[in-house]
Amino acid sequence: MLVPIKWLKDYIDLDVSAQELADAMTLTGSNAEGVMRLAVDIEKVVVGKIIKVKQHPNADKLLICEVDVGDEVLQIVTGAPNVAPNSYVPVAVDGALLPGGIRITAGELRGEISQGMMCSASELGLAQLGYIDNGVDGILILHEEYPLGMKINDALELDDEVIDFEITSNRPDCLSMVGIAREAAVTLETSYREPEIVLDPGIGNIDDEAKVIVEDPHLCSRYCARVVKDVKIGPSPRWMRRRLAAAGIRPINNIVDITNFVMLELGQPMHAFDIDKVAQRTIVVRKAEQNERLITLDEQARDLTEDMLVIADPEKAVGIAGVMGGYNTEITPGTRNIILESAKFDGGSVRLTSKALGLRSEASSRFEKGVDIINVERAIDRAVQLIQNLDAGTVVEGKIDVCSDDLAPRIIKTQWKKINRLLGLKLDRDEICGILEALSFKAEIVGDSLKVIIPSFRQDVEGVADLAEEVARIYGYDRIPMTLMENSVALGSRTREQILTNKAKNVLAGMGLYESITYSFVSPKVYERIGFEPREHPETVIIENPLGEDQSSMRTTLIPSILEVLSRNQNRSIEVCKVFEISNIFIPKSQPMTELPIERLTLGMGQYGEDVDFYSLKGQLEALFSVFGFGDEIEFVPQLHPTFHPGRTAGIMLSGRKLGILGQVHPSVCQTYSLDDNVMLSELDFALMLEQAKTEKQFTRLPRYPAVTRDLAIIVNKKVLASSIEKLIVDSGGKILEGVELFDIYEGDQIPEGHRNLAYSLSYRAWDRTLKDTDINHIHDRIISALETKFEAQLRK
Amino acid sequence: MREKLDDIREQALGSIEDARQSVNLEAIRIKYLGKKGELTRILRGMGKLSPEERPVMGQLANKVRGDIESALSLKIREMEQIALTNRLKEEAIDVTLPGKKTPLGRLHPLTTVLNQITDVFLGMGFNVAEGPEVELDYYNFEALNMPKNHPARDTQDTFYINENILLRTHTSPTQIRVMEEQAPPIKIIVPGRVYRSDAVDATHSPIFFQIEGLVVDKAITMGDLKGVLDIFAKKMFGEQTRTRFRPHHFPFTEPSAEMDVSCVTCGGSGCRICSNTGWIEILGAGMVHSRVLEYGKIDPNEYSGFAFGMGLDRIVNQIYGIDDIRLLYENDIRFLRQF
Repeated sequence: MLVPIKWLKDYIDLDVSAQELADAMTLTGSNAEGVMRLAVDIEKVVVGKIIKVKQHPNADKLLICEVDVGDEVLQIVTGAPNVAPNSYVPVAVDGALLPGGIRITAGELRGEISQGMMCSASELGLAQLGYIDNGVDGILILHEEYPLGMKINDALELDDEVIDFEITSNRPDCLSMVGIAREAAVTLETSYREPEIVLDPGIGNIDDEAKVIVEDPHLCSRYCARVVKDVKIGPSPRWMRRRLAAAGIRPINNIVDITNFVMLELGQPMHAFDIDKVAQRTIVVRKAEQNERLITLDEQARDLTEDMLVIADPEKAVGIAGVMGGYNTEITPGTRNIILESAKFDGGSVRLTSKALGLRSEASSRFEKGVDIINVERAIDRAVQLIQNLDAGTVVEGKIDVCSDDLAPRIIKTQWKKINRLLGLKLDRDEICGILEALSFKAEIVGDSLKVIIPSFRQDVEGVADLAEEVARIYGYDRIPMTLMENSVALGSRTREQILTNKAKNVLAGMGLYESITYSFVSPKVYERIGFEPREHPETVIIENPLGEDQSSMRTTLIPSILEVLSRNQNRSIEVCKVFEISNIFIPKSQPMTELPIERLTLGMGQYGEDVDFYSLKGQLEALFSVFGFGDEIEFVPQLHPTFHPGRTAGIMLSGRKLGILGQVHPSVCQTYSLDDNVMLSELDFALMLEQAKTEKQFTRLPRYPAVTRDLAIIVNKKVLASSIEKLIVDSGGKILEGVELFDIYEGDQIPEGHRNLAYSLSYRAWDRTLKDTDINHIHDRIISALETKFEAQLRK
Repeated sequence: MREKLDDIREQALGSIEDARQSVNLEAIRIKYLGKKGELTRILRGMGKLSPEERPVMGQLANKVRGDIESALSLKIREMEQIALTNRLKEEAIDVTLPGKKTPLGRLHPLTTVLNQITDVFLGMGFNVAEGPEVELDYYNFEALNMPKNHPARDTQDTFYINENILLRTHTSPTQIRVMEEQAPPIKIIVPGRVYRSDAVDATHSPIFFQIEGLVVDKAITMGDLKGVLDIFAKKMFGEQTRTRFRPHHFPFTEPSAEMDVSCVTCGGSGCRICSNTGWIEILGAGMVHSRVLEYGKIDPNEYSGFAFGMGLDRIVNQIYGIDDIRLLYENDIRFLRQF
């Protein structure tokens, strides 16, 4: 809400600066987002009067003017055609500064001295302020007389300031000058005044001129109409245009400007129809018909739906209620008779309609927050008063008022001490009543009970908490003493899952990985990019109104996000990149979705760089698993997955349940992401890890007797998996086999084709004695023969 | 004989003094003290002495031996010391060469700051709750006193999945979920991802993080709200931080407030970061609306509470001086490495 200070001063006497007002208002609840000066960068531009105009001797299109600027008469050469003796004009004298940093200096034009420049509205930066009288090229002719030499800023009141207030949706009453004045008066502890509405009753009888039928009183609880005949359409006076422009509204003509002026002054949107174009001079407020279409004032065709409220005549729609009028009944220079509308339309309906049509207006933004039902009538009278004052037409006596709502004020009854209790204050009854009265409430305290009559413009005040806010914001939030709910002692902690998640993040970071955080939505095309066949594409949660198709699908895997991060870093010449992310993935339970999807916390890891290979990533995973207390529960098995290298990928099982995948990214996927080969990736069901984590630790006594270590080297077919060899050793070793460690792998010379040499170090230990060779030999032999039988392993001696 | 002994002593001590290497010392030892050494040879001549002279000479000879031995061991120790010093000198390294690379990653700055904030609230007795990111319209809006067509819905541009399901626009729906599950006293914070259909620029991201707070108990006041959030601000931004509460409007709280903190950069005197106001807006808060308590199945006549919500990204940017929110989601290692 743009509030020009000079306009505001019509309703309140201010003895503080705009900035001081803005600061004070911010602390009582009207947040000022900024204070702007209307006209800046204008210097040495003064009011002058043209005395004489003559033709330039050397140029057909130039004129020479003598212009009186008070203390001297200047000769100025101009190309503008609209100069005439006795006109008052803005004159930029020698050394003047115009908006955009343009300097004006005296000089010569085609051999004639020119001691300055007469300015157009646009040259003064006033075009957007509604000062265009004579086209953009013409000199701005001032229609009133001013002292010569007066600064143009003073003459045109350009030294105005405008405060931009952020008005929250609960306070539509503050979308008006009077509403802001009311708040300012309470804030500054002074008084304000409403505009005085006094009008001629008019002539004739409204009932002979127009009729209003409200078919849907739920969506239109009040509709007031008045008729004005013989209107003289023309520009509104400069003061009105200037105010509208300063408040951000484009001036159009006197009638439209008056309706806008009243909207800004009182907060009630209004509309004027050309009544001669309204069939049977009858206004019908009804729901739109199916397939009904209306061309609105902005000359756009609008397809209406049956839930939208329209203003119509018996034949056709003439406006969309509360949103925008129709082109067919627009006020034009030829309009002779008008009907003025001031109404209260249902906020929800207006919001829905304007949203559905993608059409927001100053009017709709006020209706959807709720206009003051009492104000509906006042506003139409104010508009009529202005029409009379500006002599813009002949008002017909009387008004139509179709009202289905109770106009009696609402009353809240509560206990006044509740206000103190909620705020943590100890205000007495007089302080509470005093603040409420200052805010135009009628407050009365009898004993413990508080009775408050709510003014009609404060529909937002519904209960004791709202009253408490009113009291608190005027009393001052800063004066509420700070306390620490001493009576509410509690112990705070993270959940087990939160602690474990943090631990996992710290462990991964400790191993050199960086935590990444990426968007949760992706393109539906990512599955193609990571190598999935169309039939492999999973069901996803789809956003109905995404920012773009590439952000329309909630991810079901972190793999594309991780690949993006790796790709971006490699593209920026980062040599080593190791990242992880722990975030949710989203799996729909049904399609179309009738219930919320499954959200599953997932760990993604990805890396490339010099020291990165399958086993380095696997080592990191194993370290992480050990932190979660997983040992034998974890199993790696070769697996095929479209994103991964077919020979370098392992599925990871946790106690027989699928935990995730680890592997080298398939070269063609790397290519898609513009990544060099040798990228490692893993994705784990982190939620399962949290569920299965063994966080309880139990001490195991340290051994008292030494271990005996025996090495074991075998040559075995490469197809035999290391994991099955190790399992067989462990199974055959029995209780005294304490550990198995693979310490060498060798292929090549002396090893048969398709075979490899694996060397293990086996350690044996008993808890109760030092083992002798005789204890170990038969077990060691048992292991060897098992390997020979099962895997055709050859012992290497 | 006495002269001979004295000579030997002088000679031996002299050559020990002059010795440069340990092998020389060994040779000296053998020459004077060895079985065939000079001292032994002289002692063999003891038999020729008179019984009176013998003990005197014997004593003298022993003293000479002792002197030579201690001179030797002194010299040996001295030489070892020199050798050690020399070795250490040779072993000197350039300590300014870089260390061996130890891989160390980093937590994302969002996580780091979230942990800091969480710790502050844990210290004040809050628990950490979580809720779904894909949420029902009911929890995200309706139960927070924003029925369909409520104008305040416009302030939160929403991604919809369908009519009833959306991506949560704030962490506030978890308030209702927790109230439904748990009887007061309630003291929670709720961190998490939220979604708004804002086009991306330096200050807007369609995904960002919020931290919600909710306290419900008997006799909770607005003074408590101020006190708790003031402590939070001081712990996060430094003890010198001042807070300012401005009236505001949220449909789910009444009274409502926005909290500003004195600008971290200029301390409140006004600078570019705070647009010369001296204040930075940090969070929205208020006393929980009675209707919201009712939606959470809590009796507003018996209980009251306060709630607050803040944007984590903004706080992270504030703390580290990051001027573009997009950097947080690009995950450039050179960026992540800085925190």
